[in-house]
Amino acid sequence: MRNLAAIVFFINLCGCSHLQPEPWVKAYERGHLADPVMKLERSAVAGKYMNHVYEAREAARGADGSAGGGCGCN
Amino acid sequence: MAAINSVKLYCGRLLGSGVFSIKCLTAGLIAFSAFSLQAAILPEESADLLYHSYDGGGVTVNGPSVLVRKNFKDTASVYANYYTDMVSSASIDVMTAGSKYSEQRTEYSTGVDYLNDTTIYSLGFTNSSENDYEANTINFGISQDFFGDLTTVTMGYTRGDDTVMLNGDESDPVQFEASQKHQRFSLGLSQVITKNWLATANVESVIDNGYLNNPYRSVRYLDDGKVSYQTERYPQTHNSDAIALRNIYYLPFRASIKGEVKLFQDSWGVDATTYELKYVHPWKRTWIFEAKLRAYSQSQADFYADIFPHKDFQTFLARDKELSQFSSTNFGLGVTYKLPKPPLAFLNNCTVNFYWDALQFKYDNFHNALLSKASNDGAEAPYKPGEEPLYHFNANVIRLFFSAGY
Repeated sequence: MRNLAAIVFFINLCGCSHLQPEPWVKAYERGHLADPVMKLERSAVAGKYMNHVYEAREAARGADGSAGGGCGCN
Repeated sequence: MAAINSVKLYCGRLLGSGVFSIKCLTAGLIAFSAFSLQAAILPEESADLLYHSYDGGGVTVNGPSVLVRKNFKDTASVYANYYTDMVSSASIDVMTAGSKYSEQRTEYSTGVDYLNDTTIYSLGFTNSSENDYEANTINFGISQDFFGDLTTVTMGYTRGDDTVMLNGDESDPVQFEASQKHQRFSLGLSQVITKNWLATANVESVIDNGYLNNPYRSVRYLDDGKVSYQTERYPQTHNSDAIALRNIYYLPFRASIKGEVKLFQDSWGVDATTYELKYVHPWKRTWIFEAKLRAYSQSQADFYADIFPHKDFQTFLARDKELSQFSSTNFGLGVTYKLPKPPLAFLNNCTVNFYWDALQFKYDNFHNALLSKASNDGAEAPYKPGEEPLYHFNANVIRLFFSAGY
């Protein structure tokens, strides 16, 4: 019961927006992050294709944010 | 990420206007006031037309891909993708125990992203079809922004049901048919560290079960000093885990550098490591250049061997070079050109993109078995089985595509 009360208290705490941490990078400081050169993958369709090539030629798979189907790998 | 994306969209449109710095700052300020009301945004409406080509190791794969995305009332985004692989294969696997073949794989994908406050829900479906392989995949994802949009958490689930076939001649077109099932569980964290530094972490677990080997592929074994072949046998379950850490940093002279490390481990005994370094540099307002260096290495599966001592040497048998111990390096160059004026009045943000990747594969325990095969005229092979030079090959990958917003 004590654990349940603690969980409920924590959930309520999370709901108090004024207690959430202040963003340490303000929106007006995000110009560099918004620059096109800062994209992790500059094209979804081209990046997905390259991941398909890697998955066809290597045993490793996953953690690259894409989903694929089929094989085409022999 | 949603905050960054929305500024990116605005600043991306301003790139060609010559007033990037001032207007982008203004955009940031406007966006800041809007974020408290609605932080997450949907992907931008666009159409992408891609030509892709892979050429290496006796295999050529090329074809088009068309992706179209349309948004509705800033709350829903629908996409459709058509993709084709036209394969012509005379790879060492095929030539060792078979003959050259050609086939086509066609893939259709469709999906929807739905925005609700700071949450994006995604649902997608993919069908992939070949003459001997059919795959249907559904995926569900959720993305949530936290802490003033400096943190984004994503979760995904993918389920695939595949049918594997062994095709024969016209009198017996499908000699064998079996099923595979796949499940993928993914979790991602994207974090703004400083105004110049973004970091992400992704983990993904994959569970496969069913008939997991290739019905056409064989292993070789010694039979009274000569080589014979038998069909591969894989376990019917395969679990794997991967974790990737990526960092991208904005350099003082308007360029970026990205570093990536990925670790992989599976239940078949394969451990793999990937390192990638990418440098992106814009030139004037219309060009973006990038250079990439990637290194990959893996250990071999527990049941892999280049040549087995005798038939049915062990329960599971594999001679798939992708399950052997090897390393590969990848050097890539890319260029993006933003058209100063769209070719059609209703288009915007039109870019032409070209990427070239050179890959080199070096195998540590996969020998070139073609060099121990006797020729058709009866001439003796230059090497004995298992004593051939190790196999290696180079490949070139090209991606050329046109992208347009509207």
